[in-house]
Amino acid sequence: MDARGAVIVGAGECGARAAFALREEGYAGPTTLIGEETHLPYERPPLSKEGMASDASGLKLIADAAHFADAGIRLLLGSKVIAIDRAAKTVSFRSGSTIPYEMMLLATGARPRRLPLAEASGHCLYLRTQDEANAIASRFRQGAHVVIVGGGFIGLELAAAASRHGCTVSLLEAAPRLLARAVPPEIAEVIGNVHRSNGVDIRLGVSIAGFQDMDRGVEVHLAEGAPLRADFCIIGIGAVPNTELAQEAGLAVDNGIRVDGTLRTDDPYIFAAGDCCSFPLSIYGGRRVRLETWRNAQEQGTLAAKNMAGGNIEHAAVPWFWSDQYDRTLQIAGLPDEGTQTVRRDLADGAFLLFHLAGDGRLVAASGIGIGNAIARDIRLAEMLVARRAVPAAGSLASAAVKLKTLLAA
Amino acid sequence: MSEWVEACAADDVEEEDVIRFDHAGRTFAIYRSPDDEYFATDGLCTHEKVHLADGLVMDDIIECPKHNGRFNYKTGAAKGAPVCVNLRTYPVKLEAGMVMIQLD
Repeated sequence: MDARGAVIVGAGECGARAAFALREEGYAGPTTLIGEETHLPYERPPLSKEGMASDASGLKLIADAAHFADAGIRLLLGSKVIAIDRAAKTVSFRSGSTIPYEMMLLATGARPRRLPLAEASGHCLYLRTQDEANAIASRFRQGAHVVIVGGGFIGLELAAAASRHGCTVSLLEAAPRLLARAVPPEIAEVIGNVHRSNGVDIRLGVSIAGFQDMDRGVEVHLAEGAPLRADFCIIGIGAVPNTELAQEAGLAVDNGIRVDGTLRTDDPYIFAAGDCCSFPLSIYGGRRVRLETWRNAQEQGTLAAKNMAGGNIEHAAVPWFWSDQYDRTLQIAGLPDEGTQTVRRDLADGAFLLFHLAGDGRLVAASGIGIGNAIARDIRLAEMLVARRAVPAAGSLASAAVKLKTLLAA
Repeated sequence: MSEWVEACAADDVEEEDVIRFDHAGRTFAIYRSPDDEYFATDGLCTHEKVHLADGLVMDDIIECPKHNGRFNYKTGAAKGAPVCVNLRTYPVKLEAGMVMIQLD
């Protein structure tokens, strides 16, 4: 029987960062990182970006095998944990083998939400893994017609990638606008216009009636109007947290594995972090959220490791993410829906920032879009202002002549 | 063979800030620290080849605009995930109000 140690279930960004962070925190026990994919842990953000097809075989590894070995991290890849025995403190595999733990982290991530209407079609693809990205990229070719279902980040980033590779792209969204869940309408409108000017046929408020496979490709039937012919479809309608393992072990699930501010589940020996967990966001008074972002996966993996190694640190970070589409980058710090009023600051070359203020004037989020990294520095400064619960004057936020750094010093 | 190259005027960089300098097919970042010293590093982040001059300088740290990889621009030291490869630094001197950097 192995000595008890730290077991991390899930070898994505969150799990891999947690494994290294345990060592950085001085944790000396056996550390095992378990992943279902056979690849070494890799970065997922590039999978949906434009470079995907030109560099599909090149994984961007989080660390190579030697780094894991040097840190004394045992990698169990291509392995699926099927059960947790909380009384015995073991995880078990289909083979019947078990690994004992003293502390466990569930970093099980999320999976694409399936579209029931598309289940019977052989031409509807989803994106989460490198292998799925390769399958999509191998179908991108000049003149191919792609129908993308879903106007969220995965759908839009893949629409940009497909159109850059010469595909004819139609994007169908059920809601009346793009990116309705996390992005202010002003920015979603810019994104939509960039797609349209690149030839993407964006259709909003569309209901799909069904998919019919043809000799070649697939026909997408709509509730209204003529069907669309496509060589293939990509479905990007959101993600579902992988909570089954936790639920079967009797842990609370509430739109994700439920954890407290220190990322502990209701079992003191089991933590959860990243896309799979719902947690209280302290900057918004403990509002319970689940975030599906790269930075959150990193930060929470690191935080969980600190607490597994004996710490008792509360999550305090401001949510942040970015998206690249064509030559534009958007970034959002904080959750814009916390705001009740918006102040706009225009920058050079069509770039702009939106500052989202609560009723009491507190800056609760900032969002921006521009060419290249035009808005990056300001969003970073705004993130710091949000973290400090700053109440900047609306006039200062609106004027590009006022450097945000000076507001930080105030 | 090393040579000193004129990068910019000292006034071109504000305190606690950074600008980009391209030379002979290479790109560099020129920094002015809060205590008014000048530094130079390679211009691209070691994580994903993003121009660091679009990033934020706070004290002696430059933060990449894309994924917040952080480096000490005085030493080039990478300060943790996602960056693990240090940034190359170059000697700097001021001459007649110009920032000069020494290239190999």
